[in-house]
Amino acid sequence: MYTQGLLEAIPKAVSALEDSERMARFQARIDAEEKIEPKDWMPDAYRQTLIRQISQHAHSEIVGMLPEGNWISRAPSLLRKSILIAKVQDEGGHGAYLYSAAETLGIARSELIDQLLSGRAKYSSIFNYPTPSWADIAAIGWLVDGAAIMNQIPLCRCSYGPYARAMVRVCKEESFHQRQGYHAMLSLARGTPAQQRMAQDALNRWWWPALMMFGPPDTASQHTAVSVRWKIKRFTNDELRQKFVDFTVPQAQFLGLTLPDAQLQQAADGHYQIGPLDWSEFNAVLKGNGPCNAERIAERRAAHADGAWVRAAAIAHAAKRAARAVA
Amino acid sequence: MSAVTAPVADRALMTYVLRLADTALVLAQRLSAWIGHSPAIEEDLGCANIALDLLGQARLLYAYAGELEGAGRTEDDFAYLREECDFLNATMAELPNGDFGQTIVRQCLLDLWRLELFERLTQSTDVRLAQIAAKAVKEIRYHVRYSSGWLVRLGDGTDESHQRVAKALTTLWPYVTEWFAEDAMEQALTERGVAPSVAAVQVGFETRLAPILRDATLTRPVDVDYRWFGKRSQHSEHLGHLLADLQSLHRAHPGAQW
Amino acid sequence: MTSPQDWPLYEVFVRAKRGLDHKHVGSLHAADAAMAIEHARDLYTRRQEGVSLWVVKSSDIVASDPDDAQALFDPAEDKIYRHPTFYDIPKDVETL
Repeated sequence: MYTQGLLEAIPKAVSALEDSERMARFQARIDAEEKIEPKDWMPDAYRQTLIRQISQHAHSEIVGMLPEGNWISRAPSLLRKSILIAKVQDEGGHGAYLYSAAETLGIARSELIDQLLSGRAKYSSIFNYPTPSWADIAAIGWLVDGAAIMNQIPLCRCSYGPYARAMVRVCKEESFHQRQGYHAMLSLARGTPAQQRMAQDALNRWWWPALMMFGPPDTASQHTAVSVRWKIKRFTNDELRQKFVDFTVPQAQFLGLTLPDAQLQQAADGHYQIGPLDWSEFNAVLKGNGPCNAERIAERRAAHADGAWVRAAAIAHAAKRAARAVA
Repeated sequence: MSAVTAPVADRALMTYVLRLADTALVLAQRLSAWIGHSPAIEEDLGCANIALDLLGQARLLYAYAGELEGAGRTEDDFAYLREECDFLNATMAELPNGDFGQTIVRQCLLDLWRLELFERLTQSTDVRLAQIAAKAVKEIRYHVRYSSGWLVRLGDGTDESHQRVAKALTTLWPYVTEWFAEDAMEQALTERGVAPSVAAVQVGFETRLAPILRDATLTRPVDVDYRWFGKRSQHSEHLGHLLADLQSLHRAHPGAQW
Repeated sequence: MTSPQDWPLYEVFVRAKRGLDHKHVGSLHAADAAMAIEHARDLYTRRQEGVSLWVVKSSDIVASDPDDAQALFDPAEDKIYRHPTFYDIPKDVETL
C-alpha cells in the first residue's frame, strides 16, 4: 500500500502553529470516527505507536507459525494435518497482511524483519512457550487464538484505516482457528484416558500465559491512555482479560477439564474472578528468558539467511527479463 | 493392519490407486516442512497451498482404495498403519528437501509428471479415478505454474542459484526413470483403459519439461541405468524416517479418535 | 529504506465475483509480475474470495495528495443540481 516516498512527503519542519492546527484537525477526525489514511498528516508519535504495534503483531503471527508448525509432520490424522497446515498458513497470511499495513506508514518490511531478527522488536511472549504435546495445538487454537480474537476484534475499528481493514480480514479467519482448536480439544477430552491427561496437561500450561496475553494490568500499562484517545485501542487490558475469562470458564467446564486456578470463583454479578497472575514469569519471558525465546529467533534467522540466495536469484532473474524485454 | 489379507476384486487397480495416493501423501509431508521456514512469507503460503492440495488428493485416493479393498480401511489406516514396505510412492517424493532449489526441482519434475498422468487419467474407463483426476488436474496445473516459475527464476537467476539447481537436477534425475519403466500391472491397466500408456506419459512429460529447462538455462541430464522402484516398495533410506515422524503420535494411541 | 535486494511491493485488487469491480485488498512482495499474481492468489483468495486478480507495482500508483482534498473534492459540494433528487416533479408524472 502506498509506501514509497511517504516519509519524504511529510515536510521536515513545520511551524508550531501549523503543527497544532494539524493536530487539532487530526484529533477532530478521530473523534468523529473518521479513519486516518496513509497519506494523511499524523503526529509522529501516532505513526511510531502504530508501527510498533502493527509490526509486533505481524512478528507474533510469523513467530507463532513455529510452535504449531512443530506438529504438522506428526498430526494424528490426515484431516487434522490438513486443518493445521491451513491454520499455520493463515498465520503466515496474517503476518503478511499486517506487514503490508505497517508498510503504509513508511517503513519497509525488510526493515521490520531486521528488527525482529536482531532482537530489537518484540512479539507476543506466548509463542516462547513450547508445544511438547499434540494437545498444545488444540490448546493454542482454543485459548491463544481465543484471547487473540478478544484483543483483535476492537482493532477492526482502529482509527488507522489500513490496520483496521487488515484486522477485519484477520478476525474473519481467526474464528476458524479458535473453533478448530476447541473441536480438537473436545476430541481429546472425550477420548481415551491418555488423551484426557494430555488435554488437561496442556490446559494447565497454557491457561496463565493466555491470560497474560492481554498485557500488564491497567495500573501498570504505559501505553493505554494515549492509545485510547487515538482510538488505536478501545478497551483496557483488564477489561479484555475479564471478558475472555467470562467466555472461557464455561467452555472449560463443558470439556470437563479443570482450570488450574484454585481461587477461581463466580462473583454475584456473574463475572468470574481469577487468582493473581504471576507477572514475574511474564516479565521473564518478555525479557527473553522464556523457554523458547532463543530457539524461535534462531529458527527465523536461519530461514531468512537460508533464503537469501533464493530472494536474490528472483531479483536477478527479474532484472534479466526486464533487460531482455527492452532489447 | 500392515498386510493386505482380504481378497480384493481388483487388486491391480487398488495397487495403482495406492501408488498415486502414497506419492501425494509423502510429497505433501515433505513440502509442508517448509511452512515457516521458506525464503519469504509468501512462499510459506505457496508451499502450504500445494501441500494442502496434495493431502486432499491423497485422501480421496485412499478413500477409493479402501472401497476397492472392501475391508473397511480408512484413509488414516492407509496413511498411519502401513509399514515402509507397504508404501508404493515414487521414490523421488520421499527424498529430503535439501535447499529450496532442490525442493523446487523435485516439485517441478513431479508436478510435470503428475500433470501429464492425471490429465490422461481424466479419460480413464474407471469413472471414480477419472473424477478424482479431474479435480486434481486443476490443482496440479497451478503446482506446475508455481514450481516451473521458480525453476526458471533459479536456473536463470544468479550464478549461485544456477549452480544449486543444476546440481539438484543431476541428483534427482535418476529417480525420474522409475516413472517410465512400465511394469506388467501398469500394462494390464493400460490395456483395460484404466491407466494411460506409460510411454505416452513419458513423451508428454519430456515435451513439457524441455521449454522449462531451456528457459531455466539447464540441461536435461542423461538417463542412468540404476532405477529406484518405490512404486514396488523398493525405497531409499529416507522413507522410514519420514514415516516414523508422520505415524508416531497416531500409533502411540491405538484406536484413539482425534 | 527499501534496498534493491528487496522484492518490490505490489498492490492487489480482487474481483469478488463476476459483475463486480476489482477492489483493493492489500499488498504483497514479489520479484516479478507473475510471482505477484501467484502470491496474490495464495495470500488473498485462499477462501474463494475472488474470480479475478489485478496486481500493480505500488510505485506505479499515482495518488492524490490529502492536502489537495479541499481543492479537489469540495467544489462538487454545491452542485446539487447534478443529483436527481434536486428536481421536484409533480406526482402525476409517473414514469420519470
